Amino acid sequence: MPNTTKTSTDSYGGIVYVPLAWFKRNLGAMIALVLMCILLSVTTDSFLVSTNILSTLRNVCVNCLIAFGITCVLICGGIDLSVGSVAAAAGVTAVQLANRGLPVVLCVAVALALGVAVGLVNGLVVANTDLPPFIITLSTQITVRGVSYILTGGQPSQCVNENFNMLGSGSLLGLPIPVLIVVGAMVILFFVMNRTCFGRHVYAVGGNRESARYAGVNVKWVQVRVFMISGLMAALAGVVLAARLYSGQPNVGEGFERDAIAASVLGGTSMGGGVGTLGGTVIGVLIIGVLNNGMNLLRIDTYWQYVVKGVVILGAVYMDYLKRVRASKK
Amino acid sequence: MSNEYVLEMDNIVKSFAANRVLDGVTIKIRPGEVRALMGENGAGKSTLMKILGGIYDADEGKITIDGKSVEIRSVDDARKYGISFIHQEISNVPSMNVAENFFLGHEPKTKLGTVDYRKMHRETRSALDVLGIKISTDRLIHGLSIAQQQMLEIARAINENAKILIMDEPTASLTNHEVDELFAQIKALKEKKVAIIYISHRMEETFRVCDTVTVLRDGQFIGTKETAKTNETELISMMVGRQFESMYGNTVVAGKETVMEVCGLTSELVKDVSFELKRGEILGFSGLVGAGRTEMVRALFGIDKILSGTVTIEGKQVKIKVPWDAIRAGIALVPEDRKGQGLFLNHSISTNLTFQVLNQFIRHLRINGKKERAVIQEYKDKLSIRMASVNQKAGELSGGNQQKIVISKWLAAHPKVLILDEPTRGIDVGAKAEIYDLMRNLTKEGVSIIMISSELPEILNNSSRIAVMSEGRLVKILDPAKDEISQEIIMSYAVEGGNIIHA
Repeated sequence: MPNTTKTSTDSYGGIVYVPLAWFKRNLGAMIALVLMCILLSVTTDSFLVSTNILSTLRNVCVNCLIAFGITCVLICGGIDLSVGSVAAAAGVTAVQLANRGLPVVLCVAVALALGVAVGLVNGLVVANTDLPPFIITLSTQITVRGVSYILTGGQPSQCVNENFNMLGSGSLLGLPIPVLIVVGAMVILFFVMNRTCFGRHVYAVGGNRESARYAGVNVKWVQVRVFMISGLMAALAGVVLAARLYSGQPNVGEGFERDAIAASVLGGTSMGGGVGTLGGTVIGVLIIGVLNNGMNLLRIDTYWQYVVKGVVILGAVYMDYLKRVRASKK
Repeated sequence: MSNEYVLEMDNIVKSFAANRVLDGVTIKIRPGEVRALMGENGAGKSTLMKILGGIYDADEGKITIDGKSVEIRSVDDARKYGISFIHQEISNVPSMNVAENFFLGHEPKTKLGTVDYRKMHRETRSALDVLGIKISTDRLIHGLSIAQQQMLEIARAINENAKILIMDEPTASLTNHEVDELFAQIKALKEKKVAIIYISHRMEETFRVCDTVTVLRDGQFIGTKETAKTNETELISMMVGRQFESMYGNTVVAGKETVMEVCGLTSELVKDVSFELKRGEILGFSGLVGAGRTEMVRALFGIDKILSGTVTIEGKQVKIKVPWDAIRAGIALVPEDRKGQGLFLNHSISTNLTFQVLNQFIRHLRINGKKERAVIQEYKDKLSIRMASVNQKAGELSGGNQQKIVISKWLAAHPKVLILDEPTRGIDVGAKAEIYDLMRNLTKEGVSIIMISSELPEILNNSSRIAVMSEGRLVKILDPAKDEISQEIIMSYAVEGGNIIHA
């Protein structure tokens, strides 16, 4: 950052201006990631190969996009369980439109609008009632899943539009297009969260909703917009996924919210709201991605992979907890 | 065998990071003694008590209870040694009843292993009867006043055979009558040989209820005095480390020009309130707790819905539906509940300080770091906020410094009307004087202040004019130019105001 300064804050438990503070906070996760990579480089011949690295990056993109949205919602003190269903619905919609020969840009735009619309509904209900976001977004998760099945009659629809498929499988300047999309989303969201008043208001609402209200923040509108961001990111992930699979499948995305929440938390986002960074989330996403890739390379049984993943997440979160307890006892 | 002292804390040292908060503090307390613990914000009172209560570990020092050296590593340990902490913010489960809360965590069991509710209610009843507390054990905590909850806490502590009771600002949210009841209870506990450590900023209470008083300053032990052999001036000078002249300065005279006019303001809890606020005056709002003062400013600030009435600022009528409307019109509110409504405790000081003026330095996705630092520096100096760094979390500061941050964040927005709701509650004398100075300086700059306070001396010494509220109505505005003003007069309006209106 050009205007990085030392005195500017480590605000929001984070990171906003001080790369050093961000670095310190995520040091544990980064060490874990590096260790995993070293271990895999040593134990397998196939890890440190450019095709494997590029395909791993391509694989983590969907989770990364969803996790960005989830991170914003968590920082704002909410949670969004509907992301997996939104991704499926958006993918199905985009593919069906693409198959009718509509321009790719339009297909994507409609799919994204769908995601934003679901986010709007989530946000409006969250903001205007005291119902827990957990229940509200669980309901939309189920509802939107149903919509995907209705749109497709329950059948996957093959995508015949080559241009659309490029979004998932194409490359530009040697980099996979999904990776470029993630980088673009990251840059935009980074600016929104760290360089706008809205961004600070998101942290404030998550940190203490009452204080934010007394400070004149339009709390409801902040919440609505955050859920719209989450819906938008989920829809974008759905489009990328559909383009990778060359088809819109109504049943994809089950459990996406799980991986996204895990990635956010691994990256230092607090479930209690007010604390978190997108950069941390990227690290969390990479940890999960490398773990998946590594276990495949090491030919670990699929069923056991779940067990390992769960234990790793719990272990990582527990380490972080110990660190915080030690810091607060000091 | 009995020891002279029930508690000895010897040479306690505690540091947070590089910040030494307690530097070799020693206190000794006899059974049945009521000991006041006084000192400015950040003097180390709370830290010392949190060490005793098992919330913090001391770095160095020895704790002796009944002559036996002990290690207190947790709240459970503390409880085991007979130490009970009555916190300022009482933590009961609101949705559970009195008996359930009383036995929370160690519910009596029947032979089958289920909860023995009958025994639970019976024992709670008898514990309450010991202290003469007449609250049904079936009542939900939800509907009890803070005073009642405090009594329950005390009863629970006594039931667990507490020998040492720590009370942190127990009277902060009590009415006068409730304070009397609490003090009667403290006297009764004395007879039972319970030692009480009483943290309070209110001098009057210290002299009324305590036998001895220990003063801390900047983490150092300054001295212990018998209350019978000392006086207010001496204690204050011990606390601040300099001879104390006058706590209150001269009052500010109301200006001529009207800045704000409130006409017939009515909300669910406030009825038909009208007043004018002059430029550069301090309009004090007095009244009993629950008279509707906080509710009045909540409506004025757009937190509670305004049902009828108008607000005019500098000749322009403003519609206030949400706080942002009020802020845009030039109103700022420093709320009563600092932690819950005024601050982001988990966020840094600089974040809190700059929150109202983000748009001054965040433009077009760029942050003007220079300007941001300038804002932070200006108010840090202006209000002499004591902190390790601006990156420290607001939650780690003492009450007085937290209050300064809430005030600063609003001053940065340059309000025309500054509303201060109980600005010095839970704040030590030194910081109080600083806040009074600040208020006077602001009025010189043309800011008009509405100050709600439950302390009559504070109202009398700082207000240009005094508005008295009772039962949701504004019953009288006292103007020193026209009216005679005394504590008694204010109280009579506060108490009988409702009757005068109905008569």
